Amino acid sequence: MAGPRELPTDEVLVQRLRSGDEETFALVLDSWSGGMLRLAMSFVSTRDSAEEAVQDTWLAVIRGIDGFEGRASLKTWVYRILVNTAKARGTKESRTVPFASLLPQEEEGPTVDAERFRAPGERYAGHWVAGQEPRPWDIPEDHVLRGEVREVIAAAIDELPPRLRTVITLRDVAGYGSDEVCALLEISPGNQRVLLHRGRALLRRKLEAYLSGAHDVASGRGHA
Amino acid sequence: MNCNDFVELVTEFLDGALPEGDERRFVEHLAECSGCETYLDQFRQTIAATGELTSDGISSDARRHLLTAFRDWQREA
Repeated sequence: MAGPRELPTDEVLVQRLRSGDEETFALVLDSWSGGMLRLAMSFVSTRDSAEEAVQDTWLAVIRGIDGFEGRASLKTWVYRILVNTAKARGTKESRTVPFASLLPQEEEGPTVDAERFRAPGERYAGHWVAGQEPRPWDIPEDHVLRGEVREVIAAAIDELPPRLRTVITLRDVAGYGSDEVCALLEISPGNQRVLLHRGRALLRRKLEAYLSGAHDVASGRGHA
Repeated sequence: MNCNDFVELVTEFLDGALPEGDERRFVEHLAECSGCETYLDQFRQTIAATGELTSDGISSDARRHLLTAFRDWQREA
């Protein structure tokens, strides 16, 4: 599971927040705000607006911590407030994310370019076309390249359609399980999985393009 | 199972959500197809790399403002 690694248990966190421990507040603020900002971007149109949604959320957390009942984890509770806050802002900006509706056009179709598979009727139809199968990656340990890979992924996430971005952010960046994500976004497990899969496949494609480009330079391998 | 079916089922497989028969066919295909083995491996690597993302936090102004708000709220309480 990704996410903050060294936070105390919820019980300890809540008790310290209620007693006004500033260090603990700074700790959760710094641990969660980055992910919250990314998540808020799914619902609003500008980074400023996302940042305001995150601020409003923290203010609501400060005011509401005494009423926190511990039915969900503290982080889930905070994220729910964020989703509601950001959704409300997004609606005002007429940018709603209709999770319940059918998948829009850009999110349909195969997640791997159909031309990479043998066409129906051909021998071995549906199997990789020779030379089009994924080539193994070699991501060196080198921290510079690892950093670049991270940048490629971060940029790719920013370009995802909002619903894909939201689900990827919750599942793969913040490390939530599918049940939690379904509850948080009020979508079915099947719908959640479709969005997640499309998002992951798009990120893999971006990495593939980036890494094969890098390899081409290194090995002189051309691209047909 | 064909490769073009395989690539659409990866997330379901990783979530343990494939029906038993489909999961068997998925694994059988995996054993025979190096292209799809690579695909699954890269999918896992993509997920792992996504999990390593650390995003920028909020601005230092916002942070200062919130810490002050926390302190003030505590004083009022």
